[in-house]
Amino acid sequence: MAHAVRLTVNGTTHAHEVEPRLLLVHFLRDVLGLTGTHVGCDTSQCGACTVLVDGAAVKSCTSFAVQADGADIRTIEGLATGEALHPIQQAFWEKHGLQCGFCTPGMVMTLVQVLERNPDPTEAEVRSGIAGNLCRCTGYENIVEAARHAAAAMRAARA
Amino acid sequence: MIPAAFDYVAPSTVREALAVLRSSAGDARLLAGGQSLIPMMRMRLVNPGLVVDLSRVADLAYVREHDGGIAIGAMTTYRTIETSLLVRERFPLLTEVASQVADLQVRNRGTIGGALAHADPSADLPALMVAADARILTRGGGRGRSIPATRFFVDAFTTALRETEIITRIVVPAPPARTGGSYQKLANRASHFAIVGVAALVTLDAAGVCSRVRIGVTGAGPAASRAQAAESYLAGRAPTEAALEAAAARAGDGIDFTDDLHGSAAYREHLTQRLAFRALSAAVERAG
Ligand SMILES: Cc1cc2nc3c(=O)[nH]c(=O)nc-3n(C[C@H](O)[C@H](O)[C@H](O)COP(=O)(O)OP(=O)(O)OC[C@H]3O[C@@H](n4cnc5c(N)ncnc54)[C@H](O)[C@@H]3O)c2cc1C
Ligand code: FES
Ligand code: FES
Repeated sequence: MAHAVRLTVNGTTHAHEVEPRLLLVHFLRDVLGLTGTHVGCDTSQCGACTVLVDGAAVKSCTSFAVQADGADIRTIEGLATGEALHPIQQAFWEKHGLQCGFCTPGMVMTLVQVLERNPDPTEAEVRSGIAGNLCRCTGYENIVEAARHAAAAMRAARA
Repeated sequence: MIPAAFDYVAPSTVREALAVLRSSAGDARLLAGGQSLIPMMRMRLVNPGLVVDLSRVADLAYVREHDGGIAIGAMTTYRTIETSLLVRERFPLLTEVASQVADLQVRNRGTIGGALAHADPSADLPALMVAADARILTRGGGRGRSIPATRFFVDAFTTALRETEIITRIVVPAPPARTGGSYQKLANRASHFAIVGVAALVTLDAAGVCSRVRIGVTGAGPAASRAQAAESYLAGRAPTEAALEAAAARAGDGIDFTDDLHGSAAYREHLTQRLAFRALSAAVERAG
């Protein structure tokens, strides 16, 4: 039986009928065409699918779209302002925080939350913040560096 | 992978949720944070015909003072527990354990009620719940029950809960004065689940003797349990290194050690003893 859901994604409200078993990640990718959110595993472990639901980073492969009825969702597509990248995206660019880029949308969305909660994290705090995001390419070094670089840029912009 | 088709309801009261459970003849599953249920449904290890989402039930997510201890609503997330000042003040070991579970995203969603009901043999919270003499309060099937954590975890993924019962609250009594606690785990690198985890609470009397010792073990066997032989050895003794070692050597007594791809039974037995030693040592130091 289909259920009506109404939710806001990156500022735009969408109303759809969904099957309860539709995962949030499939709703975003297949129904809304927002393919920036990736699916990297079948075991809820890789974090490539991370989006913000009402401000909280969640694995959208481990959530049903029906649960998000009424929610405000932010995906990687909602971060940049026009041509201007979000400071975290900019830092990944500058510090080579990616190689193949598959994990990047999830890493960036998780880091949005990490830096919101802690604007000046230590290296260890960044690493524990992204413990739920796996990267098969970079060895994490440049991701951590990008995160701390972004944190500094965001603090400077606020000062 | 895609779960099998199911129907979905999101009741707004516990009473309504109970009525749905009763009328669905065992075909329904409660959905809390979904961090265990959704992966299991995606693997098609469980295929409920009806999913009953508890997230719209009012007043199931809270941390409150209760008789000097704390009461935690079943739908309270790890994140809320981890950041609660009341928890940190009354039971800092719970803060410590909650912050070691899984990862940031799972802690944003996963709930204490869901974690306890799921009873994964490698889950972290059960070790602390049995050590802390916590009680699990439920509704459904007539009068509500208050189940001691030590009798709640029956076997792997098996609890004392009935099919038509809902956990509503967890009560954690305040530990006596001069109690120190520690949780030590060897975590699986990918999932962060405990290969073995040991929670210890040690109370010292005025003479510096261990007056009360509680040890909870998870990951070692099919269900979290108290290490009673180790507890009774240490109680009444001064916490010398030799006494802590002798107690830790008894921490695995009575456990039917799991043997799987994460570790052999002999390895888990060794881990249980070493982690018990570390947890007891740190607990004594903090009781100081
Ligand atoms: C990648 C990953 C890593 C993880 N790592 C760890 C870890 O390191 N340590 C750890 O301890 N856990 C870990 N977990 C499991 C996590 O703790 C889960 O959140 C928890 O086990 C389930 O809580 P939930 O609220 O998500 O419950 P759900 O998944 O919604 O439900 C779990 C079960 O409990 C039942 N249930 C839920 N609420 C109630 C209730 N109020 N009354 C009765 N029954 C109820 C459901 O019907 C279901 O059977 C991990 C999970 C993932 C996905
Ligand atoms: S796709 Fe969601 S955690 Fe891997
Ligand atoms: S850049 Fe390839 S997986 Fe992270």
